[in-house]
Amino acid sequence: MTGQKSAPGWRELPHGAVPYKSSREYKTGDWGVLKPKIDFGRCTKCTLCHFYCPEGAIRMRGDGYPEVDYDFCKGCGICAAECPVKCIEMVRRG
Amino acid sequence: MTVVEQKLLGLNGDEAVAYAIKQVNPDVVAAYPITPQTIIVERFSEYVADGEVETEFIAVESEHSALSTCIGAEAAGGRAFTCTAANGLALMWEMTYIAASLRLPIVMAVVNRALSAPINIHNDHSDSMGARDSGWIQLYCENSQEAYDTAIQAWRIGEHPEVQLPVMICLDGFILSHTLENVLTLPDEVVREFIGERSFPRVQGHLGEAEFRLDPEHPITMGPLDLYDFYFEHKRPQVEAMKRALPVIEEVGREYGRISGRTYSLLHPYRLEDAEIAVVGLGSTMGTARVVVDRLRSRGVKAGLLRVRAFRPFPAHEILKALSHVEAVGVLDRCASFGALGGPLFMEVRNAFYDSAERPIISDYIYGLGGRDMSMEMLEEVFKSLEEDRRAGRPLELVRYIGLRE
Repeated sequence: MTGQKSAPGWRELPHGAVPYKSSREYKTGDWGVLKPKIDFGRCTKCTLCHFYCPEGAIRMRGDGYPEVDYDFCKGCGICAAECPVKCIEMVRRG
Repeated sequence: MTVVEQKLLGLNGDEAVAYAIKQVNPDVVAAYPITPQTIIVERFSEYVADGEVETEFIAVESEHSALSTCIGAEAAGGRAFTCTAANGLALMWEMTYIAASLRLPIVMAVVNRALSAPINIHNDHSDSMGARDSGWIQLYCENSQEAYDTAIQAWRIGEHPEVQLPVMICLDGFILSHTLENVLTLPDEVVREFIGERSFPRVQGHLGEAEFRLDPEHPITMGPLDLYDFYFEHKRPQVEAMKRALPVIEEVGREYGRISGRTYSLLHPYRLEDAEIAVVGLGSTMGTARVVVDRLRSRGVKAGLLRVRAFRPFPAHEILKALSHVEAVGVLDRCASFGALGGPLFMEVRNAFYDSAERPIISDYIYGLGGRDMSMEMLEEVFKSLEEDRRAGRPLELVRYIGLRE
């Protein structure tokens, strides 16, 4: 989220602590230390990573392969742990 | 507007509140019975059973659920009422802060009763005083008439666009709740017109501007996770809303006076203009103190009193104005604050004078815990010790205990 200095002051914020932005704009992806790297050569398009991702940050592309949305991936590693062919490696975020 | 014709009813404090809430006809009442509040719940459920109100009455399994239900109802845009006492309020604890911080103008009657342990059902202010920092407006009533009148005004105060805070109507357990008094009641339509419809502030939600209520057509989020980057900014407006409640309480009290002939304010002074010694206090004790002031005046003692109706927000500026000229002031606290300098009211009153050049001698009198009676004789004792303080030019004792066996 935006830094404390650039965010609105208390007089500007909506009444009753109502969020004025959608959580879509809250890029939780920057919380992570690690990120998944998928080896598409070994991926079997089984979709387990998509279904196990607790953030819904892995979507299945039209060609059947998964794609990670790094804006929201928190790097928990569940996809890597669940992948039956172990084609997902957790690497440090650059 | 002129004073309307009113019906005189014999009501105890609880019945007076229930009758007012019947006339208000809120959308939801959720309550759990607890002595000495029980009569409010009983009477109100009779009104529901007899079809005299359109209210959804929700019999809940605990006070925590009672207030949670009211929070849900108010968040959905309804008007919600609950009532409790002592340990019931303690069980609501978590939700009292949530109701206030979500800025939901719920109205709750707290029929003041001592907190356990040891278990006690009688009156003191330890229950509502413990909730004094929860963000609720607190109005303390002197008699059943005021309990009725306040149960009507509370909606206008809490729902005022500048305020938007929940309101606690505090009335002394048994002393008011179970004592039959003459209560003048307004016609239903006058009450309905006075309270009007609940209005909602416009807020900028995540999908654009919307009314501050949960509406699937215009969704907003209430009560989100709020960490160090925003929480602080969301607390500061609560401080401001409390400050803005001060003139609103006066304004609503004046407007109510125009239709009922009974005007209410933040403070209710009595024979204070030329008083040399005075007591400051809350609730029904101040009715007794008024008689004592008259008795002392007839003996030539320049005694007076100041009844604090609004404890939250605390009218510090008005207290300063009302008491600056008094030489010795005794604060009556029906509550002990363990480990503190004195009782809660004493700490506030004394603090208000810190920067003032004109400072009375201020001392504290803790009394009436667990329903111990505060008699006229005890109050005379208070005034007598104030007179001694006045002569000595200092408080001979900072905190005294009245009516306590040594």
